[in-house]
Amino acid sequence: MKLFKNLLASVKPHFEEGGKLEKLYPVYDGFATFLFVPGHSAHSGAHIRDGIDLKRTMITVVMALVPALLFGMWNAGYQHYLALGLNETVTFWEQVGFGAMKVLPLVIVSYSVGLGIEFAFCVIKKHQINEGFLVSGMLIPLIMPVDIPLWMVALSTAFAVVIGKEVFGGTGMNILNPALTARAFAFFAYPTFMSGDKVWINTSLNEGQAVADGFSGATALGELATTGSTDIKPMDMFLGNIPGSIGETSTVAILIGAAILIYTGIGSWKIMLSAVLGGLTMGLIFNGIAEFMISPEQQGFMEVPYWEHLIMGGFAFGVVFMATDPVSASQTSKGKWIYGFLTGMLCIMIRVFNPAFPEGVMMAILFMNVMAPLIDHYVVEGNVKKRKKRLKVKTA
Amino acid sequence: MSTEVKEVKKKEPLFSKKNRGLITDPLNDSNPISVQVLGICSALAITVQLKPAVVMSISVLAVLSIGNVVISLLRNLIPSRIRIIVQLVVVASLVILVNEVLQAYAYDVSKELSVFVGLIITNCIIMGRFEAFALANSPWKSFLDGLGNAFGYAWILIAVAFVRELFGSGTLFGFQIIPHAWYIDEGGFYSNNGFFLFPPMALIVVGIIIWIQRSRNTKLIED
Repeated sequence: MKLFKNLLASVKPHFEEGGKLEKLYPVYDGFATFLFVPGHSAHSGAHIRDGIDLKRTMITVVMALVPALLFGMWNAGYQHYLALGLNETVTFWEQVGFGAMKVLPLVIVSYSVGLGIEFAFCVIKKHQINEGFLVSGMLIPLIMPVDIPLWMVALSTAFAVVIGKEVFGGTGMNILNPALTARAFAFFAYPTFMSGDKVWINTSLNEGQAVADGFSGATALGELATTGSTDIKPMDMFLGNIPGSIGETSTVAILIGAAILIYTGIGSWKIMLSAVLGGLTMGLIFNGIAEFMISPEQQGFMEVPYWEHLIMGGFAFGVVFMATDPVSASQTSKGKWIYGFLTGMLCIMIRVFNPAFPEGVMMAILFMNVMAPLIDHYVVEGNVKKRKKRLKVKTA
Repeated sequence: MSTEVKEVKKKEPLFSKKNRGLITDPLNDSNPISVQVLGICSALAITVQLKPAVVMSISVLAVLSIGNVVISLLRNLIPSRIRIIVQLVVVASLVILVNEVLQAYAYDVSKELSVFVGLIITNCIIMGRFEAFALANSPWKSFLDGLGNAFGYAWILIAVAFVRELFGSGTLFGFQIIPHAWYIDEGGFYSNNGFFLFPPMALIVVGIIIWIQRSRNTKLIED
């Protein structure tokens, strides 16, 4: 660490007022505070409740994402060799190695494009660099299919950072979750690369290899939307060795992340719990009305046991890591319950009713992001009314 | 010398600075779409490709400039209580004329534009200019104002359509611009961006135009 400290001290004069690189001060400041705790403190009326700042918050979330990332890497390799029918002959490390080769470029592209744009905006607008993108940059690759071309990831990231975040004023001002904005952009822009049964598994072949007979790359939700039934077992959905976006498949890895978020108090357990309750409610309603459906596909989809929806597709991932985004979610305590519950309900509803969106969690969260300020407004108004009433009763 | 100056003052030249302003202002400072935010619906609906956008722009140009002149000529005859009805009649008849001409000479485009030609009647820009300008100004000025606003509308429409057609379909006016060899099906890496075919992207493109415009023209920034 001493090396870094000396290095920073030696370049500091260049970035200070009058220095050659004065304009790039935010970049210097960003690196310096990334490595060391900032040396300055508030002088009057400090509102600090504990020592955590934005950087520690963000790093904690990134750490919570690591299990999902590691599992996603292994799963990408596992699915690839499964498709080729080679899983008996390759080792665990070969699977991880192949997955890492596919996943790490996505992570690097997402970070370099996103951070590049953020740095550029900070320099132009003379802001301090803030670390809002550290989490988004990790989320974006985890919610993409493994086979997506890198330039599409770059474009989606750029769109999300500029249109989803910077036009509203940067970190903390965005209405929509940036990572989901990137996914929504990619989903509508390049639908053939974002859905269907070809994109979830890398089936690039070397010489002498062939795709195994009877192989299907569809996700559980994809199969349900088209045929009304799926062969994927609930246990596999829970463990996660199934096709899907990189980080979303393993409910176990996501639960580890959720535990970290809840333990550190960074992710709101109210939103997670109420979203799960909302999902269960909608699942139960669908179970109840399934027999009245005419088409057998729809009937099949509705008959999916209500609890299975929680481990299928991206529900768990979205609810744990993206619905709880402190910026775009509801702020009030009561609002969080409403917001989470509706997110869960909408997610299952979109899944089952709209075959064009086999995965509903993206749309559900984005929609509720837009609604969150409205929910907060009415929660606050309601509180004001209640207190006024109390005041009247007391004075009367 | 002095008499000459007086004469000039009395009779304003056709393209005095003020009159030129009538044409140039709507292009930037008081653009009907990006500043007054009128006529957005058609800017979203018919900008998927350049050709309909250009035809639409010409149609609006015709309707707005002729309509402005007609209203301006009638301005002292129209009782103010029924002026909206009179304006509607003028727009409607002009739009029917335009529609007939399109069907006669550009049937394909007319089919593509379908209901949107008829909806020029409800284009807020047109009624807005009738109300705000033609009712109070001379025919020549009204004509210039109509031209200016139609151009202001047209350039935004065409700019949006250019971006949307280029990235959404890889073509311009129907001609392939992005080389076939680039596409993934042909062994390349490129794929058209389907998002540009949806109306929300038009809104975002208009938003970006507004962003650029306001960052260069700071007096447009409110508060």
